[in-house]
Amino acid sequence: MNIKLSMSDRLIVGISNLLLGAAVLVVLVPLLYVVFASFMEPTALLNKGISFHAADWSIEGYKRILTNDAMIQGFVNAVFYSAAFAAVTVAISVFAGYPLSVDGFAGHRFFMTLFVITMFFGGGLIPTYLVVKNLGMLDTVWAVIIPGAVSVWNIILARTFFKGIPKELNEAAKVDGASDLLLFFRIILPLSKPIMFVLALYAFVGQWNSYFDAMIYLENPKLYPLQLVLRSILIQNQVAPGMIGDQLAMAEMKRLSEIIKYAAIVISSLPLLIMYPFFQKYFEKGVMVGSLK
Amino acid sequence: MQGSSRIRKSKLDYIRRNPFLYLLLAPAVILTIIFKYVPMYGAIIAFKDFNPSKGIWGSEWVGLKHFVKFLTAPNFEVIFMNTLKLSFYGLLLGFPVPVLLALMLNQLRRAGVKKNIQLVLYAPNFISVVVIVGMLFIFFSPVGPINALITSITGAPVKFMSDPDYFRTVYILSGIWQGAGWASIIYVAALANVDPELHNAATLDGANLMQRIRHIDLPTIKPVMAIVFILGAGGIMAIGFEKAFLMQTALNLPASEIIPTYVYKVGLQSGNYAYSSAVGLFNSAINVILLILVNFIVKKLNEGEGLY
Repeated sequence: MNIKLSMSDRLIVGISNLLLGAAVLVVLVPLLYVVFASFMEPTALLNKGISFHAADWSIEGYKRILTNDAMIQGFVNAVFYSAAFAAVTVAISVFAGYPLSVDGFAGHRFFMTLFVITMFFGGGLIPTYLVVKNLGMLDTVWAVIIPGAVSVWNIILARTFFKGIPKELNEAAKVDGASDLLLFFRIILPLSKPIMFVLALYAFVGQWNSYFDAMIYLENPKLYPLQLVLRSILIQNQVAPGMIGDQLAMAEMKRLSEIIKYAAIVISSLPLLIMYPFFQKYFEKGVMVGSLK
Repeated sequence: MQGSSRIRKSKLDYIRRNPFLYLLLAPAVILTIIFKYVPMYGAIIAFKDFNPSKGIWGSEWVGLKHFVKFLTAPNFEVIFMNTLKLSFYGLLLGFPVPVLLALMLNQLRRAGVKKNIQLVLYAPNFISVVVIVGMLFIFFSPVGPINALITSITGAPVKFMSDPDYFRTVYILSGIWQGAGWASIIYVAALANVDPELHNAATLDGANLMQRIRHIDLPTIKPVMAIVFILGAGGIMAIGFEKAFLMQTALNLPASEIIPTYVYKVGLQSGNYAYSSAVGLFNSAINVILLILVNFIVKKLNEGEGLY
């Protein structure tokens, strides 16, 4: 676009750019503050705020966080839950999306209705909890992975993708005598790597950042995902024993708790924040395909 | 009759010829029935005095007892209004921001700059709600950095996180901080599809920037705005339990107790399953009514274009 702008137009663009600059600062400053604060010596942070004197820096917070058993366990659990959840939900979505994309699939309307109704109606928290409980899934890994594994949204995304695959490909394979099974696993699945990747990213990030299901379904702290451990540190102010030695006074505990929090935030959020720019176009693709329906 | 039986026969035939397709669909269907439809059936405990030993079916039918109990409870009005206000103000304040961001981003000429700004604005979307609320507690604590600034000017800290008066403001503004950038994606993409020739022609006709935004850009994104608005309004009562729950403190309860947090407390913490299910069901019912109502209004205002 090479449109000539008048003076007043240029003024408006200038104001708009200033506002955008302000928005960038509003987003960036708190994030940078957390990162800098996590490397500060606690007393210096309290008295001076962020400082750039090497003498005021410390990695104490990270030492405490990285040697904390609950944190490490939570991290390992979160990696496992997120990967397992992504694998299960991608498989289910792709499997279900394919038949629904086939022309003339008998029962198409019935199954779509069955799925779409659940986007608007639900049994609610307690009835769902009772089902999970009655299945004996409470306090097991399954409770975190299985109840939320079917996402109607993901099924629709997968179906939309499959509809975009040229039909000639199917027909050629059928003429060659390939069975449905062969067709799906040999031709369709390899072609659907992009959509599987997008779905897996969303599922992984979603599971990594969630705490609610784990909070209501899990009792055993050994099974806690990272977000639940973070909740106890950041929100319930429970600095786990072992993170600060028993012999240390309350004052020391107070002194350290702030930078432990900052370090915990950085350690838990950094993996996603570093990873996401590389995958930005896939995340955007997910939003776009979804809005097209 | 003959026709329909023929169709049924051909369907059965289709299923017999393509069992594999149904096998693929089976996991999703089975899990949906177990974790979505069985709970819908289970929601009838809202009309019963649920006794775990008798099960859902065997428990005694009490009709609307639990609903009446909730509607006449002394805290009903507060909780109901809290839920409504939090969502309503959230939608009112949160809805225009992504549109504004997209319109402003659309004015940027250099693709590289635009991309980097988007990169920053999208980032908070990838931070977990636990971390966001954790950051709120740190930043807005009486001894936190924000209050350090305020204290140096006014001499007294503001109790952002414990004063009920600030709960909604902090909740909504932090929600915009986290979500507005990401929510602008869909508008940015719609604007990118506008034919530049349209802008050129308008400029030749003497249209200034504001006129072009009003008559070219806004109409382009209007259908998307309608859908986003309806979905947002339909979700009014389905407001995020997760963040409100984390932000709740004993002191800000007068503003932070909303229906979903109440359901959780009465149901899972106090074990009052039936009553809590009734409250949850009441909430969903309001939600569906709102969705239909808002869709109807938007359809009227938007030349017949609604969600359905």
